[in-house]
Amino acid sequence: MTTFRARYGAGPMHLAVTACCLALAGAVVLTIGFPALWNTDTWWQSIGLWFVGAAVVHDAILFPLYAVLDRTLVARLGRFVNAVRIPALGAGLSLLLFAPGIFAHGSETYEAATGQTQEPYAMRWLLLVAGMFAASAAFYGGREILRQRRRRNLDVHRARLHATTAGRRDSAGRRR
Amino acid sequence: MQRLPTFRSPIRGVWFTSVLASVLLVALPIVTITGFISWAAYGPQFGQAMPGDVGWLRIPSFDWPTEPAWLFRLTQGLHVGLGLVMVPIVLAKLWSVIPKLIEMPPVRSVAHLLERISLLALVGGILFEIITGVLNIQYDYIFGFSFYTAHYWGAWVFVAGFVAHVALKLPTMVTALRTRPFLELMRIRVADTVPDADDESGLAATDPAPATISRRGALTLVGGSALFVAVLSVGQTTGGPLRSAAILLPRGRSYGDGPNDFQINRTAQSAGVTDAQTGDEWRLTVTAGGTEVVLTRAQLEQMDLHTVELPISCVEGWSTVQTWTGVPLRDLAALVGVDAVDTGEVRSLEPVGSFNRVTFGGHQMMHPDSLLALKVNGADLSLDHGYPARIMMPAIPGVHATKWIESVEFFEERA
Repeated sequence: MTTFRARYGAGPMHLAVTACCLALAGAVVLTIGFPALWNTDTWWQSIGLWFVGAAVVHDAILFPLYAVLDRTLVARLGRFVNAVRIPALGAGLSLLLFAPGIFAHGSETYEAATGQTQEPYAMRWLLLVAGMFAASAAFYGGREILRQRRRRNLDVHRARLHATTAGRRDSAGRRR
Repeated sequence: MQRLPTFRSPIRGVWFTSVLASVLLVALPIVTITGFISWAAYGPQFGQAMPGDVGWLRIPSFDWPTEPAWLFRLTQGLHVGLGLVMVPIVLAKLWSVIPKLIEMPPVRSVAHLLERISLLALVGGILFEIITGVLNIQYDYIFGFSFYTAHYWGAWVFVAGFVAHVALKLPTMVTALRTRPFLELMRIRVADTVPDADDESGLAATDPAPATISRRGALTLVGGSALFVAVLSVGQTTGGPLRSAAILLPRGRSYGDGPNDFQINRTAQSAGVTDAQTGDEWRLTVTAGGTEVVLTRAQLEQMDLHTVELPISCVEGWSTVQTWTGVPLRDLAALVGVDAVDTGEVRSLEPVGSFNRVTFGGHQMMHPDSLLALKVNGADLSLDHGYPARIMMPAIPGVHATKWIESVEFFEERA
């Protein structure tokens, strides 16, 4: 048991689980056949490429891209970062999900299926994004104004409090 | 040694990942199973499932039910709708575990190597399914390969990765959620947000940056993103006033206010069906064995017409409920002298296409609400909705609600 663990790096159950996973994935590849995974005419329209490519594009492009953007926002905007970060996330997510309509891609199949065109989507998306940024600006801006007003009131209150306590001491002094 | 990029978010850690994982653990099996159910709804026993030849990698055969009429609307609405809603949660989960991607050394042992390969099945699988699915519901076939083939087999690879990942990581998730108090962690304010000191998962930052958002804030943001996607997509399935909220999806659009103004799937023009074929020359041929009856539309209109509310529920997740009027298919069966139907086949005028003929089981053909529909919402069908006649049946996938019918054939049950 200890030798197995030392050699393999985990317990036998781990091996059983990963072996089953690889067997099932292997069965899929064998059933579909290698030729089906690779398109010899148009290499970039291959199932195999899109499968691996999906993970690679996420890990090597999408993640670094949004991480760098986010760090830039944090560095530039400081405590106001979420006011931009949140609508930007909404904009990015909706763009990612609904890109075909927004960029009017696949218009031929779209029109054959629906009898309509993709004409409205780009403007709808822009309005949605504008709306999200405006809502965020209103929310965070409003909160900031309230916060500053509260702080100002607090300062005035403190100043008054200071004045009265000082005054008491004063009057007490006079009475003596 | 080259310096690796450092991950500095103070909210990464086994607890945060586990919260997201617990949501996916419930939702992704529902998305997967409803997907396989959709494969079965096409009728694999009639050679109609797509893909067809799947060997033993399939769910068991069963007769697709006719009750409740909204069955496919529910399963496929869930498959597509929940699948879309899970996208931000999947992306957040991947964000939370990204430090594992570039951990050093990249391979520690055979076990580690095998697990990393299984993670490619998991991550490649879920992203591949999301990408192909999202493109398909928007009719963008940029990938060039068959959507059905790719999405079906991608699902099995995902299942392989998912089951292995759950088997290996479920104890970690359960321990993380049980030992770390949810409410306490959710109460920590932004300024006090630091990685859990005892987090040894390798996910927590060792050199954290000051927090810009609390754990509660981040989870609210992820949940809010999911809700945002839900608002933008649920209307394509529910219809009604919510439909217009699906502003970026093909099936959030309005076609007008008339009786035929609802979602079209495949226009007559793109199907190659012309006015000449569907005009006065049109005849319906009903056959069974050696018996053949040919009917004009006027003759069909003279028969006992039945009116029923049924949904068109598309495999793309959208649906629309309308009121259909037409001749019950079982009345057509009676016309050709059949009372025990084994299967039936309907054919469209559509010259080519995967769905220009469909086979149904006897229970589907003989259901009282199964119609050769002639009218919708009291008006004649429009050409785009299948004039002169289309099939409407409870619980079937939308593509089987065949339009521009030219013949119906009944195959009698052998005693």
